[in-house]
Amino acid sequence: MPEKTILTEEDIRRSLSRIAHEIIEHNRGGQGVVLVGIHTRGVPLAQRLANLIAEFEGSQVPVGSLDISFYRDDLSWRDPPPVVRRTDMPTDIAGKRVILVDDVLYTGRSIRAALDALIDHGRPESIQLAVLVDRGHRELPIRADYVGKNLPSARREEVQVRLKETDGRDEVAIITNREGGGQ
Amino acid sequence: MRIREQSQLYPPITKPTASPWQHRHILDLDDFSRQEMEFLFHTADAMKEILGREIKRVPTLRGKTVVTMFYEPSTRTRLSFEMAAKSLGADVTSITAATSSAVKGESLVDTVRTIQALGSDVLVMRHPCSGAPYLVAQQVASSVVNAGDGWHAHPTQALLDLYTIRSHHGGVEGAKAVIIGDILHSRVARSNIWGLTIMGAQVVLCGPPTLLPRFWGQAYPQAIIEPDIEAALADADIIMVLRLQRERQQGGLLPSIEEYVRLYQLDERRLALAKPDALVMHPGPVNEGIEIAPEVAHGAQSVIEEQVANGVAVRMALLYLLAGGAH
Repeated sequence: MPEKTILTEEDIRRSLSRIAHEIIEHNRGGQGVVLVGIHTRGVPLAQRLANLIAEFEGSQVPVGSLDISFYRDDLSWRDPPPVVRRTDMPTDIAGKRVILVDDVLYTGRSIRAALDALIDHGRPESIQLAVLVDRGHRELPIRADYVGKNLPSARREEVQVRLKETDGRDEVAIITNREGGGQ
Repeated sequence: MRIREQSQLYPPITKPTASPWQHRHILDLDDFSRQEMEFLFHTADAMKEILGREIKRVPTLRGKTVVTMFYEPSTRTRLSFEMAAKSLGADVTSITAATSSAVKGESLVDTVRTIQALGSDVLVMRHPCSGAPYLVAQQVASSVVNAGDGWHAHPTQALLDLYTIRSHHGGVEGAKAVIIGDILHSRVARSNIWGLTIMGAQVVLCGPPTLLPRFWGQAYPQAIIEPDIEAALADADIIMVLRLQRERQQGGLLPSIEEYVRLYQLDERRLALAKPDALVMHPGPVNEGIEIAPEVAHGAQSVIEEQVANGVAVRMALLYLLAGGAH
């Protein structure tokens, strides 16, 4: 299948750097902010953003991870069932400014599930959303507050984010499937 | 007894990266692989996180129906399944033999067909006849979970036992696991023999000769039979004590309860023969002062209460994996 690189390692670094600055700007230097990554690739992205915020501001922002398996609206898998990953909230999120972090924003359904999952852990002051790629095709009224790259795509295309922590290298690629489908 | 290449049959596992789950029904553990059990325990870890929250509930099985059908008395198993189903947001309906049409003479198959017609996704059943869940599984579209059938199997008890051991010792590979008591009539023992062996433990069965199996032959994996409790307990890592049913004495299999207590009760003196970090387990309900001394049942090495708590997490994981599968 034909594959085209959209973001290189250097592009990803710049995008995350900009998002980190935007988070600091919109949240009084990062006070009261908790970064929560959505499994799988949102988790290392959240950690990288926290490292960048620490570098720019000298403040440590707590990082959590969220598995949304139990909150999906499409429970019913052909075999096999998904591997459920660890949900880990580093701190009580009640009254905090939570920033959800994911790799790709597409239909919005994962974010809908993540909002439900998050609110079961407490009532944050606000929830914001940071994504590396927004590829459009929303099916729910959801938008991101911080976007690395807006990437208009066709449904039959697949947007693949690869990260060193999970895939061995940093890259965003678009893959054209011949017969329909998508991510 | 079978001699098997254990290392080949049961390869070591690591943290699951892909799911090996194949089950539509949970009838016994004999058809489980090591990877499937480890995958189930990994899923149960996530359930434990939910149970540790202030609001112990997720909407995962919303719109799914779990029916519990108990033709034998049970407190903890039925309650545990019902709590598990409710924590996942499923609707739960309970049937007992006393309240079902079984008292009017309706057959088991007719009853489960009616339940099926009314709509159920998972049917949890306990029945005095060994094999009854297998018959039911052939008749219904829902997933069937065996919550105890006769003397045959109690797979969810064995799974929660293995999960409890895993949380203390990391696993059972190479461990010596002693099961003490009425092995002959125990479905808990039978399912644990499968589960412990598949996960790599050496099983030792201990009890009065009249309550030990004699003719299992090829039906179960190899286990050491050791009627002498001191020898059985030497260097044990895991000790499972079974409930002694008083009917066994009336049935002529035991001279007296007093003699059983003298020869087979797990007391502090005997427990000292096992490894210092050996776990003391019991499927409940406990006859304190008969098969186990109260100070051992409530002692530092006892994980009996933990077994009960872990039962909910393991059953949540099972219900999730069964109800989510596309049938």
